[in-house]
Amino acid sequence: MKKSDYTILIADDDPDYLFQTVFNLERAGYKTMAVESQAEAEAVIAKSRPDLAIFDLMMESDDSGFILCYKMKRKYPEVPVILATAVSHETGLSFSIDSEQEKSWIRADRYLEKGIRAEQLDQEIMKLLKL
Amino acid sequence: MAVLKVLVIDDEPGIRSGVSRILNNFHVTYPFMDEDYNFEVTEAATGEEGISILERDMPDILLLDNKLPGIQGVEVLEYIRNRKYDIVVAMITSYASLDIAVRATRDGAIDFIPKPFTPQELKSSIENITKQQYLKRITHKMNQEGKKIRYQFLSVLSHELKAPLNALEGYLRMMQEKQAGDMVDDYATPIERSLQRIQGMRNLIMDLLDLTKIQLEVKEGKIREVNLAEVASAAITTVQPYAIQMDVTINLDVRSDVVIMADPGDIEIIFNNLVSNAVKYNKMGGKAEIVIDNSDSEAIIIISDTGIGITKNDVENLFTEFVRIKNEKTRNISGSGLGLSIVRKVIELYHGTINVESTPDVGTTFTIRLPKKPINIT
Repeated sequence: MKKSDYTILIADDDPDYLFQTVFNLERAGYKTMAVESQAEAEAVIAKSRPDLAIFDLMMESDDSGFILCYKMKRKYPEVPVILATAVSHETGLSFSIDSEQEKSWIRADRYLEKGIRAEQLDQEIMKLLKL
Repeated sequence: MAVLKVLVIDDEPGIRSGVSRILNNFHVTYPFMDEDYNFEVTEAATGEEGISILERDMPDILLLDNKLPGIQGVEVLEYIRNRKYDIVVAMITSYASLDIAVRATRDGAIDFIPKPFTPQELKSSIENITKQQYLKRITHKMNQEGKKIRYQFLSVLSHELKAPLNALEGYLRMMQEKQAGDMVDDYATPIERSLQRIQGMRNLIMDLLDLTKIQLEVKEGKIREVNLAEVASAAITTVQPYAIQMDVTINLDVRSDVVIMADPGDIEIIFNNLVSNAVKYNKMGGKAEIVIDNSDSEAIIIISDTGIGITKNDVENLFTEFVRIKNEKTRNISGSGLGLSIVRKVIELYHGTINVESTPDVGTTFTIRLPKKPINIT
């Protein structure tokens, strides 16, 4: 399959981050679905199955991203999920989800610091989609 | 029911058993305490024995005789002070020599119980000490919670400051790598959005400065007569360019020329925030009204708009730092989420009140009452 066969769901309440992520992913060749809130993301998940999802951590509530990861994995356990946030150091949320123990409660496949380069994001996605 | 451990160090067996008998059946209760306090008494005949119990049991209250067979009471006090034990000490003294009293107080004793004492005298001393211990514990607990709130504040703050930087960085990279084309015009949206994010960040910084300023409390030297109508007019002038864009009419209704004693900067914060909100969260072509009135003792400011309104649930969080009501209608309105929390802080500083009434899609009314008399400046 080619990149254009994959649809990526992106949820972020920062319109600029959303715009840039969509722009970069489309440039890389993916299809995208962009939403600005946890509620909208939940509605999308209920109706359709994306091939990968990128969720911002803090939206309507401080743990919107965690909740979305959980709901996503319950419905589509095989779809990779990336959790993105701008605050890692300051909140003490400097976790990586490499150990089995961490994987058990953070139901995301990757944890990414916001502001990473477009190429880096593309590489992470390719790894998760096994491209 | 909470238990306070009491250690009595006295070489007279009669005193020790008396303290045990009186306190074992005694409890302290005050209306402001959330539970009653009981006492558990341990006895020691010498300072040395007392110290070993101190280390083992960590009592809350120590009743200490000064004249002891081995080491003296003041030496036990010194021991406690050097090890920074959290314990309240009352001296039991047969004759309170001034010298010992001074030294004991300096070393941390907070009370003196004259010997011989009646059960009532002992009880009232213990009552006082218990009250102090209770307040100390509450203060400690509140400090802990205060730290937690500060921590949350800082983590949200860093999120709010980093988000616009990330946005700017993303747009600049887009331009640097000419990702959307070779012409400047290809980047009209990124440039416009970058400018908006910079403006948002500037507002946040201004609000943060306001916040640090008011947390330093009202400065006596800055208190002067402030004419509310004048401050209101200035706030309207400031927000006018934005009101024109939104086609919002602002009306100022001065029912009474009210002058209060305050720091003019603080009153400006109140008006600037509320008047700009009345425009910002209004509908195109809406109205904003500012009423200035007074009662015998209070100045009354009413600021209302015909805007998007706030739901009952959201009203509860309205004055919390960094809480912005996020919904379809507020999506394109920028704000730091600090304005109303600052307004409330300022009003509380002046012992005033702020109330909000709102109906979604109809409008919001803020009513502020400020005492006209000069406040007690802290």
